[in-house]
Amino acid sequence: MASNSEMGSADFESLLSTSDVELLKRAWRNEKAAPEILPYQGDLVERAKGQIELVEGNIEDYVEDGIDPLVVSLYQMDLDRTQFLLRSYLRVRLLKIEKFMFHILKSEEAESRLSEQEKAFARRCAADLTKHFEESVLLKLPENYQTVQKQSLISDEDDMVPEPNLDTFVVCRSKNSLKLNLYEEGETPVILDLDRGEPSFVRYRAVKRAFESGEVELI
Amino acid sequence: MAGQTDPHISLFSPQEVEFMAEDEMVEIVPNMNMDPLNFIAGDYGRFVPQIPTQVPLWLAVALKRRGKCTFRPPAWLSVDNLTQVLEAEREPQSKFQPLPSGYIEIARLLFDHARDDIPDMYMVKSLVEDIRDVRLHKLETNLGTFGADTTAVKMNNVSAMEVNLVRPFVIRALEAFYKHDKPERDADRDARSSSSSSSRQPPREANNEPRRPLRQR
Repeated sequence: MASNSEMGSADFESLLSTSDVELLKRAWRNEKAAPEILPYQGDLVERAKGQIELVEGNIEDYVEDGIDPLVVSLYQMDLDRTQFLLRSYLRVRLLKIEKFMFHILKSEEAESRLSEQEKAFARRCAADLTKHFEESVLLKLPENYQTVQKQSLISDEDDMVPEPNLDTFVVCRSKNSLKLNLYEEGETPVILDLDRGEPSFVRYRAVKRAFESGEVELI
Repeated sequence: MAGQTDPHISLFSPQEVEFMAEDEMVEIVPNMNMDPLNFIAGDYGRFVPQIPTQVPLWLAVALKRRGKCTFRPPAWLSVDNLTQVLEAEREPQSKFQPLPSGYIEIARLLFDHARDDIPDMYMVKSLVEDIRDVRLHKLETNLGTFGADTTAVKMNNVSAMEVNLVRPFVIRALEAFYKHDKPERDADRDARSSSSSSSRQPPREANNEPRRPLRQR
């Protein structure tokens, strides 16, 4: 039950043995900072939910037993903080799903990053939105312009589908000294030296791979 | 509401930055007896009078507000250290001095709740504010040096709050440079001047960025 807790400070050193709250905080931060939706941390969310429910039960017991209200209120504060992290994490993901729902449903890879409930949500949302568009506008437009996903049937691609902007810039920090190769499309490579723990603004696409393998984190 | 910051203004609201800083550990001296606390975030305690313990900032503030402890100010929050830092920051062309990433938030919370625990509080407060001003000024001048060939911006020793402050501007500026830079990248690099946005239209492609909602007055 008790998570293996380190006195979780925001210091890099404590990355080795971190509590669930620390992991949740990092997941929340990464999700907020990244332009696209990240893989769903199902285990972490389940564990956090379990702990939250446990503490809620405990607090009720404490109140009944008449334990010092100070202690109760401190437990309540800790509970509130953890709940905030969990809720915010889920909400940020929902926001991203709403923004990019067509794009996500189009690609297998993106869809695999959602949890089951999120997938159901995305599909329902997309269906509702499509229906709404069709009924209010699209069916009244001339033949060629009636799809939600393309501007007209003449377009080659689905250009009415918002895609996450992977060329946006994010602030990242690396765990060890790292050399990044920017401009990866075969152009003159520019090497960026990232020292340990030094925050920098970098193009997301350039750090994507390093980020996914856990070498850098977004702040 | 959790997670409701408007992403077009800033990724993290100042309150959220403060929330993150509140997990920093600080030292307190409790004045009462209390059993260990088994939080989801970790185990703290036990609390014995006059024995200093390390707890996260949010817990320390909560205890202080109920009069259950006093703070031991962190080593960096002293008149001597801050004066040194301020001198170094004021050097022309200097980089940012090492300061804890959450120094603004920590200092503010301590000033609000623990004035009596900090020696020379007014001096310390004005030093912190001066340091903030100098660093902000440095940030602004640094931002002015962006050019078309800026691929990444290093922010060594810049605190979390300061990064958050400039984040929206830097992202938009760098995005604009990158976007306008794309058709030019194949051209001769020497011919490219480092002025701001080019006047040439980039080739028309499907702009797949999500539409921004119209700002409401």
